[in-house]
Amino acid sequence: MSRDRKLITMQQRRARTGYKFILPFIIGFVLFMIKPMIQSLMMSFNNVKIIPGQGFQLTWMGLDNYHNAIAVDPYFNQYMVDEISRMAINTIATLVLSFVIAVILNQDFKGRTLARAIFFLPVILSSGVLPGIEKQNEFYNMMAGVAESVEGASGINISAQLQNMLSASGAASGFFDVIFQMIDAIYDIVMASGIQIIVFLTGLQSISPSLYEAADVEGCTAWESFWKITFPMVSPLLLVNCIYTIVDFFMKNDNRVMERISTVMYSDFNFGVSSAMSWIYFGVALVFIAISSFIISRAVKSAQ
Amino acid sequence: MSKNNTVYIGKNKNFWDRNRRSGGYLLRKRAGQIAVSVTRALLLFGLCFMIIQPMLTRFSMSLMEEKDLYDSTVILLPRHVTLENYVHVANLNDLPRSMLNTLWVSLVISLSQIVSCTLVAYGFARYEFPLKKFWFACVLAVIIIPPQTIQSALYMNFANFDILRIFTLFGANAEGLTFGQRIQSVFDGTGTGLIALLTGKTINLRASVAAYILMALTCMGLKNGLYIYMMRQYFKNIPTSLEEAAYVDGCGTMHTFIKIMLPDALPTIASCFLFGFVWQWTDIFYTRLFLPSSSISIYSNQMAGMVSRMGRYFSADASKPVIVPNARQQQLIFIAVLICAVPLIVLYIFTQRTFVESLAMSGSKE
Repeated sequence: MSRDRKLITMQQRRARTGYKFILPFIIGFVLFMIKPMIQSLMMSFNNVKIIPGQGFQLTWMGLDNYHNAIAVDPYFNQYMVDEISRMAINTIATLVLSFVIAVILNQDFKGRTLARAIFFLPVILSSGVLPGIEKQNEFYNMMAGVAESVEGASGINISAQLQNMLSASGAASGFFDVIFQMIDAIYDIVMASGIQIIVFLTGLQSISPSLYEAADVEGCTAWESFWKITFPMVSPLLLVNCIYTIVDFFMKNDNRVMERISTVMYSDFNFGVSSAMSWIYFGVALVFIAISSFIISRAVKSAQ
Repeated sequence: MSKNNTVYIGKNKNFWDRNRRSGGYLLRKRAGQIAVSVTRALLLFGLCFMIIQPMLTRFSMSLMEEKDLYDSTVILLPRHVTLENYVHVANLNDLPRSMLNTLWVSLVISLSQIVSCTLVAYGFARYEFPLKKFWFACVLAVIIIPPQTIQSALYMNFANFDILRIFTLFGANAEGLTFGQRIQSVFDGTGTGLIALLTGKTINLRASVAAYILMALTCMGLKNGLYIYMMRQYFKNIPTSLEEAAYVDGCGTMHTFIKIMLPDALPTIASCFLFGFVWQWTDIFYTRLFLPSSSISIYSNQMAGMVSRMGRYFSADASKPVIVPNARQQQLIFIAVLICAVPLIVLYIFTQRTFVESLAMSGSKE
C-alpha cells in the first residue's frame, strides 16, 4: 500500500520536473503563437484601424478581406498558382537529389570531408536575406534571360536541344516538361537541399553495418541491398524531409507570395487583407502537407 | 580441395591470373567499381562546382571598375582592379556599426534560444508527463506554421506590449461594454493588462531587442521548433544508465542535466547554436519586424534597403538622387552579399568538423 503511494508520487514528481523543463516552450507557445494566431485570424475577418498607442480597432467585415485577397488584389492569386506549381516540382526534385547525395556522401572515398563541407555551404548561403536580394534586381533576371537566348542561338544549350527533340517526338510531353523544369531549376534545388542532406545522412549512419554484412554473406548485390536495406530504413525520414522542404519553400524570402504579403502589410498598412492572405496561404500549405504526408506514409508502409 | 585453392590464390598475386581463374568475375567487379567511382567523382565535381562557382564569379566581379562592367570583352577577370567598390558598399551599409550590432544581436539571440531549446528538448526526451504528446504536437506545429501568418498580430502585440490582457473582462475600464466586447478585448489588444493596470499605459517593445530576446527565451525565435526536435532526438539516443547512476548517487535533477547530459550533447548543441547564429545573421523577417533600421542598424536590414539608398549616395547633391545603372547596382549587391557571407564562411571553415560530423553522428545509436 505504502509502496504504491510512493511510486505515484515519484511519477508525479517526475511529471512536475518535466513540466518545469518545457515551461519556456509553453509560455512562448501560448503568448507568442496561440494568441497572435487568434488575433491574426480575427484581423482577417475585420477591418483593422490602428490607433497609435492604443492598439487597433476592429470593424467586422465578414469575408471581405478574403474576397479582396483573392479577387481584387491583382497579384496575389497569380503568384500563388505560380509558386505552388514551382513548389510541387521542386519538392520532389529536392527529395530525390538530397537522398542521392546523402547516399554518395555516406560512402568512403577520398575528399569526402571536403565534399561534405561544400554541400553544407548552401545552408549558410541560401538563408535569410541572401537569396532574395539578388533576385529583386531586374538586371539579374535580364542577364539570366540573355544568357539563355545566347546559348540557344549558338547551339551550346544541350538541354534546350534535347528538350526540342524530345517534345518533337510527342511522347509524354507533359512529363518531359516537368523534367526540364527540374533541370533548369537545379541550382535552386541544390541550394535548398542542405538540411535535407543532413537529415538523410543522419538516417543512413544509424543503419547498423552488420545488416549489410549479413546481406553480403547471403549473396545480395549492392543494388539489392540498397533497395532492401537502405531504402526501407531511411524512408521514414522522407516524410520529415518532405514536410521540411514544403515549409521551407513556403517561408522563403524570395517567394513572391510572401513578398506580396509583406508589401501589403508594411507599405499599404492593410493588416486585414495581409492576414487574410497569410491564412489563405497557410491553408494551402497545410493541404499540401496533409496530402503529401498521406501519400508518403502510405508508400513507406508498403515499402516496409 | 578448398585448402589447395586458397594456397593457389595466395601464391599468385597477378590480377589477370586471378581474373582468369574466377572466370572473368574479378574484372567485371573491378570495372564496376571504377565506373561507380568515376561517375561519383563527376557528379560530385559538377554539383560542387555549381555551388562554388557563383561565389568565385562574384568575387572577381567585385574587383572590377565600373567601366569593366560595360565592356563586353570583360567577362570573368577584371581588367582594372579596384577595391573602391568595397568602400562604397561599406559606406552604403553603415558598415562597422551595422556589423557589430549584427554580431552581438545574433550572439545574444542564438545563445538565449539554444538555452531554452536545450532545456525543453531535454524535458521532452527524458520525462513522462500528462499531455506530453499534445505539447510535442505543438512543437511540430511551431515548425510547420509559417511565422508570416502571425506577423501582423506580433507587430501589434509588441507595439503596445502588455501581459495578461484579461482585466477588462473582470470590469477594469469596461464602462458601457457588452459581454461580447469584453471577451473580444482580451484578444484585440484593447484589453487592460497587468502593466497597464499598474502603470497606466502599455510599453512599446516593437523596436527593441528586448521583445526579440523574450521570444528567443521562450523558444519562439527563428526555426526554434527544429532545434527542439533535433536535440530531443539526440537526447533520446543517449543511454539513461549514466543519469540513473547519478540519481542513485544523490545528484539533483539540474545537477545531473548540467554535469552529465550537457557535456555529452555539446557537439549537437554547438551545431544547433551555429545554425541559430548563421540564420540569425542573415535573417530579414524577424529583423524587419523587431529591429527596424530606425532603431538599430542591422546589416541584413541595411542590405535589403541598399538599392534605394544608392541614388542619393552617388550624387553630389543629396536632394537630387542620380539613377544608378542596373549592372552597377548588381555589382554592389554582390559585394554586400559577399561581405555578409564571408564571416560566416570563415566561421564555417573553423567549425566545419563539429558542424558536419556531429550532425552526421547524431543519429548513430552506439
